[in-house]
Amino acid sequence: MSNHLLNLNLRVWRQSGPNDEGSFKTYRLSGVSTHMSFLEMLDVLNEQLIVQGEEPVAFDHDCREGICGMCSLMINGQAHGPDNATTTCQLHMRRFSDGDTVTIEPWRASAFPVLRDLVVDRSAFDRIIAAGGFVSVNTGNAPDGNAILVPGVRQEVAMDGAACIGCGACVAACKNASAMLFVSAKVSQLAVLPQGHPERNARVLNMVAQMDKEGFGSCTNTSECEAACPAEVSVSHIARLNREYLRASILAEN
Amino acid sequence: MVRVASDTLNSRVPDGPLQQKWDKHRFDLKLVNPANKRKFTVIVVGTGLAGGSAAASMAELGYNVKAFCFQDSPRRAHSIAAQGGINAAKNYQNDGDSVWRLFYDTLKGGDYRAREANVHRLAQVSTSIIDQCVSQGVPFAREYGGTLANRSFGGAQVSRTFYCRGQTGQQLLLGAYQAMMRQVGTGKVKLFARREMLELIVVDGVARGIVVRNLTTGQLETHTADAVVLCTGGYGNVYYLSTMAKGCNVTAAWRCARKGALFANPCYTQIHPTCIPVSGDYQSKLTLMSESLRNDGRVWVPMAKGDKRSPDQIPDAERDYYLERRYPSFGNLAPRDISSRAAKERCDAGNGVGDSGLAVFLDFRDAIKRDGEDVIRKKYGNLFHMYNKITAEDPYKQPMRIFPAVHYTMGGLWVDYNLMSNVPGLYVLGEANFSDHGANRLGASALMQGLSDGYFVLPYTIGDHLATTKLDKIRDDHPACMQAMQEAQNRINKLIAVQGKRSVDSFHRELGLLMWDQCGMARNRKGLTEAIDRIRGLRDEYWRDVRVLGSGTTLNQSLEKAGRVADFMEFAELLATDALHREESCGGHFREEYQTEEGEAARNDADFSYVGAWEYRGTEQEPILHKEPLVFENVKPSTRSYK
Repeated sequence: MSNHLLNLNLRVWRQSGPNDEGSFKTYRLSGVSTHMSFLEMLDVLNEQLIVQGEEPVAFDHDCREGICGMCSLMINGQAHGPDNATTTCQLHMRRFSDGDTVTIEPWRASAFPVLRDLVVDRSAFDRIIAAGGFVSVNTGNAPDGNAILVPGVRQEVAMDGAACIGCGACVAACKNASAMLFVSAKVSQLAVLPQGHPERNARVLNMVAQMDKEGFGSCTNTSECEAACPAEVSVSHIARLNREYLRASILAEN
Repeated sequence: MVRVASDTLNSRVPDGPLQQKWDKHRFDLKLVNPANKRKFTVIVVGTGLAGGSAAASMAELGYNVKAFCFQDSPRRAHSIAAQGGINAAKNYQNDGDSVWRLFYDTLKGGDYRAREANVHRLAQVSTSIIDQCVSQGVPFAREYGGTLANRSFGGAQVSRTFYCRGQTGQQLLLGAYQAMMRQVGTGKVKLFARREMLELIVVDGVARGIVVRNLTTGQLETHTADAVVLCTGGYGNVYYLSTMAKGCNVTAAWRCARKGALFANPCYTQIHPTCIPVSGDYQSKLTLMSESLRNDGRVWVPMAKGDKRSPDQIPDAERDYYLERRYPSFGNLAPRDISSRAAKERCDAGNGVGDSGLAVFLDFRDAIKRDGEDVIRKKYGNLFHMYNKITAEDPYKQPMRIFPAVHYTMGGLWVDYNLMSNVPGLYVLGEANFSDHGANRLGASALMQGLSDGYFVLPYTIGDHLATTKLDKIRDDHPACMQAMQEAQNRINKLIAVQGKRSVDSFHRELGLLMWDQCGMARNRKGLTEAIDRIRGLRDEYWRDVRVLGSGTTLNQSLEKAGRVADFMEFAELLATDALHREESCGGHFREEYQTEEGEAARNDADFSYVGAWEYRGTEQEPILHKEPLVFENVKPSTRSYK
């Protein structure tokens, strides 16, 4: 693939702290290689800002290979930008054209408050996992790995849910800022595996209760979350969560 | 000349036959009775495989745990990016595996520069790790009948690697993370995310706490405890470009080194053979293509130098499958150090491919022909997808271009058999310690070591320290705490006060390039000597000319990076010093002066069969070398051959 250089107008959300007013600032960036990743383009912007004496744009990122789930940008109104099954760090500038205006915002959801510029607080997700997204097995208690048989097909379904990277794009993309895709991915993984069965009822009830407590919106089945998900987690997990929730509500022993 | 300490280091490896050492040792270790465990608090820094598993396991035992990570969530730790798999001596495939074989492979793979007893313990507990993870709901690949699937992996002739598609690290980490979050729910673990450790607090010679910076508010915080467990990963980002996450750094370990912890074998760095090549000078990191791809992909370069034909136009007779040619019995599965050097050798000779000539082909044509595209997609779909995202090329249609990149660091803080450093009460787990991989790590062994340390070693050994050491309560206003806090604050003030002209990243790139050129895949005396001088010069310039904007009292990512790069500037010199002193080639450390006629590493067991652990004496002072002799009672060190 040949390399082209782009000139871009960037509209970037700047906000100095959680309680400060934010606003868009426009920056002109020239000579952007189409081989660059989106975050490398922001690195170049930040180098330019530092030279000019302006504080660089804060944004979350870490692995830069699409697996840690830390990067999190709304790019022209789309979570992680225009490509399917792609995190912001994997998005490359060859997807843009010379002269484009690119609008860059943080995740938009009241359950993910902005900390600075493009950085948001996603600790609500950790609290949802702490409410039930696990199998209660202390270290040392395990039987032999092959004592628990899991048919290959079932294991694949579990892995589809387990692939969630916890980035929050589903929440950002949803008009209701619902966390249902995130929650269902974990509920579904552990519901289809035999290891998850003893706590099946309590898990779904507790995780959904915590989700509601964190202020996420309700799911209205518009599937924007699935379209935005970089790990291609399917809304069929939401359907399974709903079944699990109904089942647990009827059967719950507590 | 290197200053060498007169007494040797005591590894505290227990007596007795190798197979019985760990059992016997567990019996000899003092226990903390269940009711007393709740009286102790343990700090765990880092929440990757080692930290997450250690925090969860200790909380389950009843200890109070405080867990820290610099990311926004513990689930982001870089263990998450490990792709290929985790080894265990289960012998489920009935192909001749055993604890002894895993032990032997790992020791040999490390080029006989690791401690026998540690490696054997690792192989012993490997089987329990798989059981534990399965119970947690880690979705390991399965056969249709429901049993666990295995694959073979670089450097092994048996199939002992367990995997979750190409995301094994992610799934194992989420297992440990969920176990830890369960304990956060019970209140036994207190979680401190977006905190970066800046100092170790040492009271009367014993590690008793840490100073961290709250990365959201900029506040410095003091946390005291009865022991400190460091699980902060490797230092590969000293090279700037590596497969590590951008945030990976040496700061926590280096701060401990400055407080007296010995830093062992820093020159043992692993250059992974299969990464996506560099495309431009804006490049911010390198992406690994899992070694598992070498099970089905064949590595080659054109036989003719500078052959620019499209790969599908080059007939088989004009292709050099150089790994199969040089190492017929291991072929494309030759260990990482050997494969990386072989790629470098071909590119240096002018046979490299791509625009830069710094790449070789990894070709799936034959595997797709043999098994069909669907089978290959099922095994490697996410890796092919990742490759396509980055390069806009389709590996189903044309071979991948790959080149070696810094991937893992075998060196780390020195620890004894209990995983305790020479500073009592400071434990070091996972990649942050030096212990199990010697001079080269085999594929699928990093996950094994991280989880072994956290689930099955530390929970036993830490009790001995807590039960046998007098640990008075320490208050935040203890002079040692106040001093550590002041040191951290001074360094922040100093970095901001420079107000120079160059960005932190520009310095980091310059340091990284210098290290890659002079202290990368091949090293020599002249280059290393020059590198040490240039690192010193660059460090001086850094403190004169770095520009950190903003203040220390807000979220300030430039300041975070500035502190990490300042520590890399000091650590890089130690890495080069260690590489200069080790006048032999072993594993990932290849000295051009010490090679066989065939270009293979020439180890020198007579003079260098020891762990080199360095004592920090001040930035402008020569460090002192402490030696731990390596004694091989069970396996006779041989010349490593994969031919």
